Amino acid sequence: MTNQFKLSLTVNGNRYEREIEPRLLLSDFLRHELGMTGTHVGCEHGVCGACTVLLDGDPVRSCLMFAVQAHGHEVITVEGLGSIDDLHPIQQAFWEAHGLQCGFCTPGFLTTLVPFLEENPNPTEEEIRDAISGNLCRCTGYENIVKSVKLAAEKMRA
Amino acid sequence: MKPPPFEYCAPTTVDEALEHLAEHGYDAKPLAGGQSLIPMMNFRLAQPAVLVDLNSIADLSFIRPTDDGGLSIGAMTRHKMVEKDPLVAEHAPLIYETMPKIATSQIRSRGTFGGSLAHADPSAELVCVSVALDGEFKVVNKQGERWVPAKDFFLGLFTSVMEPEDLLVEIKLPPFPERTGWSLMEIARRPHDFCLIGVAAVLTLDDKEQCQDVKLVYLSAGDGPMEAHQAAKVLKGQAVTAEAIQAAAETAASEDIDPSSDIHATADFRRHLAKVLTRRALEEALGRAKGK
Repeated sequence: MTNQFKLSLTVNGNRYEREIEPRLLLSDFLRHELGMTGTHVGCEHGVCGACTVLLDGDPVRSCLMFAVQAHGHEVITVEGLGSIDDLHPIQQAFWEAHGLQCGFCTPGFLTTLVPFLEENPNPTEEEIRDAISGNLCRCTGYENIVKSVKLAAEKMRA
Repeated sequence: MKPPPFEYCAPTTVDEALEHLAEHGYDAKPLAGGQSLIPMMNFRLAQPAVLVDLNSIADLSFIRPTDDGGLSIGAMTRHKMVEKDPLVAEHAPLIYETMPKIATSQIRSRGTFGGSLAHADPSAELVCVSVALDGEFKVVNKQGERWVPAKDFFLGLFTSVMEPEDLLVEIKLPPFPERTGWSLMEIARRPHDFCLIGVAAVLTLDDKEQCQDVKLVYLSAGDGPMEAHQAAKVLKGQAVTAEAIQAAAETAASEDIDPSSDIHATADFRRHLAKVLTRRALEEALGRAKGK
């Protein structure tokens, strides 16, 4: 039984150790403890997708995990996909195809789409729309997001 | 909002977990995938004083065929694992069809087979389908273990037969008899949302292609999985014609379910949807039963 937990995990390839309360959500740990504010908090109950990160390669809702549950695991956030000088093809594609406006939903889309495109290198439009069912966007109407994904797939196939 | 403080433990064996649950009783809650419990804790609708995290108990995650040709699934098996396993496609095709309909891929990365069942949400696909499949649930505590048939497991809204010291560890699914077809039909305004209403159908034909047995179970149609006993009576022993299907659908919608009205749909609309989905589900199940 503990009220303070010695957490040790890898985020974007780097090891971090912190002492935290068990009730601290993974989303809030990433944002407040590690200062990685790329992961956004929208609904806090798992439906909007803005908080999506990769846990051991799988897309998960970081608002529906306690940080202590990531002990010993590997997390990748949007910050880990690429850098300003070296964008991930999917980031490049979203930029070129205007797949974002305010950008609030975008990190969640990107982390969701990276494993999707790795497993489905040539998706149909229907498959893309199904894959993004768990991510809500209030700005774009999804049209340019779908175009961005198609472009990303092209870039990743090359 | 954020959850209030709680004590946390992460046992690595079932026995350890049972010790914690026995010690804390109503103060403790097991944490499986967390995709239902953590939202409730974020809203402070649930405020367990002690959280027993089951995610480090490797023994609870498995998918194995049983001797009778069915399937056995460990309670902590992630939905994503069940979704992708060829054993599930082969031995439990209705489960295989159900998995991609559960929420979204991100939820299925963490959500667990047993966690969904233990949570006993009447809008959960697995709650409904496990009853349609005559599943059996293994429940253990410090004193021993017992097997509970799915139809006896669910008592009401978010309520099962489990006591605070109990843990669901395994789910057994029997194989389909010959000439059995299946279907799961749901309808939601946005794909992957909680559905307005849904139905699981399992239909077994006799050697004259008449209905030998049928199970129709509904989700989001009442306080728990709603089994349509009256509709089943209408079909059993009959030729499965379009008229018989329609009669069963109408009976189910008017007599067997108890949907409520909310901001998403009225009870009447849900009954109408139930009628339409039942017809479609029985047609699909019939086609599959004949195809075998």
